[in-house]
Amino acid sequence: MSMPARMPRRSGIRGGEAASGWLFTAPMIILLGMFLVIPVLMALWVSFSDWNGRGSPFSGSVAFVGLDNYSALVGGGGLAEQDFGTALRNNAWYVLLVVPIQTMLSLFLAVLVNRQILRGRGFFRTAFYFPSVTSSVAITVLWLFLFSASGAVNKLLSFIGVNGPNWFNDPSGVLHNIFGAFGVETGPAALTDNTFLGISFWEWLAGPSVAMSAFILMAVFTTSGTFMLLFIAALQNLSGDVAEAAVMDGANGWQRFWQVTLPQLRPTLFTVVTLGLIGAWQVFDQIYTGTQGGPGKTTLTPAYLSYQAAFTNQAWGQGAAIAFILFVIIVVFTLFQRWLLVERTVSARRMRLYLQTPTSGGSK
Amino acid sequence: MTTTVRARMRPSTASQRLHDLSRPQLPTSAIAGRSLLYAILIVLAMIYIAPFLVQVATSFKTDVEAATNPISLLPQTWSTAAYERLFLNSDFPIWFQNSAIVTVFVTLGRVFFNSLAGYALARLHFRGRNVIFALLIAVMSVPGVVLLIPKFLVINQLGIYDTYVAMIVPLLTDAAGVFIMKNFFESIPASVEEQARIDGAGNFRVFWSIVLPMARPALVTIIILSFQGSWNELSHFIVATQSPELTTLTKGVASLASGQLSQGTQYPLKLAAAAIMTIPVAVMFFIFQKRIMNTTDGSVKE
Repeated sequence: MSMPARMPRRSGIRGGEAASGWLFTAPMIILLGMFLVIPVLMALWVSFSDWNGRGSPFSGSVAFVGLDNYSALVGGGGLAEQDFGTALRNNAWYVLLVVPIQTMLSLFLAVLVNRQILRGRGFFRTAFYFPSVTSSVAITVLWLFLFSASGAVNKLLSFIGVNGPNWFNDPSGVLHNIFGAFGVETGPAALTDNTFLGISFWEWLAGPSVAMSAFILMAVFTTSGTFMLLFIAALQNLSGDVAEAAVMDGANGWQRFWQVTLPQLRPTLFTVVTLGLIGAWQVFDQIYTGTQGGPGKTTLTPAYLSYQAAFTNQAWGQGAAIAFILFVIIVVFTLFQRWLLVERTVSARRMRLYLQTPTSGGSK
Repeated sequence: MTTTVRARMRPSTASQRLHDLSRPQLPTSAIAGRSLLYAILIVLAMIYIAPFLVQVATSFKTDVEAATNPISLLPQTWSTAAYERLFLNSDFPIWFQNSAIVTVFVTLGRVFFNSLAGYALARLHFRGRNVIFALLIAVMSVPGVVLLIPKFLVINQLGIYDTYVAMIVPLLTDAAGVFIMKNFFESIPASVEEQARIDGAGNFRVFWSIVLPMARPALVTIIILSFQGSWNELSHFIVATQSPELTTLTKGVASLASGQLSQGTQYPLKLAAAAIMTIPVAVMFFIFQKRIMNTTDGSVKE
């Protein structure tokens, strides 16, 4: 009599897990398939086609053009290649500055406001997080005002005697301006005569334009709060035991941070840098709302260029191709930082530990 | 040398130490450090808050004053012209309504689907789990902006272009949210659930009545991120809709910012629009603020 009653629980207390597992994940899998995987495959086809936006991209009139759309971007020698090179240059400088600054700033803010004995802790956290809740559209509108020629930022700069630039209308590169301050107006022939993706090496070294710098400041301003919260959550989840042990061992605050807290934060650091990289490579909203790529195409980004090619110029194949190249860039960067942050540091430290253990243990 | 110096100084330092022990007080270096900390925090907070104060102040200024005096926090002549124009003389209320509809549905959907999938990936053992997780990571690295053209293609192909369905359903995909929930479920001890399982609760029951209440901090994170994400979403609506009746706040205000630059700057109008579109996310944030800031309260401590 007891046998049938036990039947449903035959597989133990973890019964029906396979079915539940698939059932629980099914909605997300279906959604991701419908609106992510299938669309990407469709776009992949479009990137190999000459579809001009009329009718279905799968109709017979749309021709397969192989890698034409891609080769026009990376070696065509025309305007497409030049625009793509410019967009990559602009975004590369943006990433190079935004990701490290926002990561360090958010960790710094998190450590500052995570102290148990801090008056106004809630106020400070709110203040730092608030810019993160605003939309990129709203903040861009605000930034256009603050950084306008006679705007608040230039007004503040004038108080300390600095004649501020006409931010969003200034296409000059920041590094070029610094070189210029030392009297170097044009680069050596080796840099100006050789090109990569239709842009001379000297132009690659222009740095972010003044207009792009305003966007860089904006990105740091709006994202540091989000990442600060991630770091705070991680700091609060740290067990106090390890820190206490370090105190007992005589480590000071600085040592505790670098050698005890930071290694424990590595998963969060990985998350923050990954999200930062992914976000910084797809600058779109700000450009769409603010500058549309200007001045002098110095705020053109691959994401905006892709949109513009497809939706404005009806060059859908080229737009899709730009998107896929951008995709590859982001994946490569993510893998690279993963290798840099996870594999290397961990294995090096572990290795040292492993090497030390036998000698100190003296088991052999 | 040092030993003799130390030996000579020992009596005085010893008594000093005794004195310190009897009446603990902060050394001056700690007080200086503390003051420096507060100074840094206050300056940083001012930098983070000032732009928004300037924004609100400017939205009540006249066009002329906004240009001549961009930094003052008190308008010389208060003007509500910008707000009157937005609410009485533009599509702004429609934009607001559309943003609200989309945000509510997307947030509810994401909270449910993310936690469900996150729980399964963290706790349920089933064949294919690692494959799903690997795919999720792969999908997470697919940047949203790269999906502009693909999304348009599929929305077009499905015949839902320019509808609420096209605005809402694609936004329910949120691999990062699943990832957050999975990470959270892995960080809480399994002992409570094991107990419930031994008592005979099924997987969904364990998830719904045991795990989900414990996951409140992570759920708040998801709610905040989803609300914020869908309220602030721009690019998806650009490719999913075209009709004015389906324009959201982000799309509308962006057109305001880029389209009307040629007709004079109109900063008060634009800043007023931007300020109003910030209010809902700000309110939402202040409601959940306490829960965001105290993430570990109420959970099981090891």
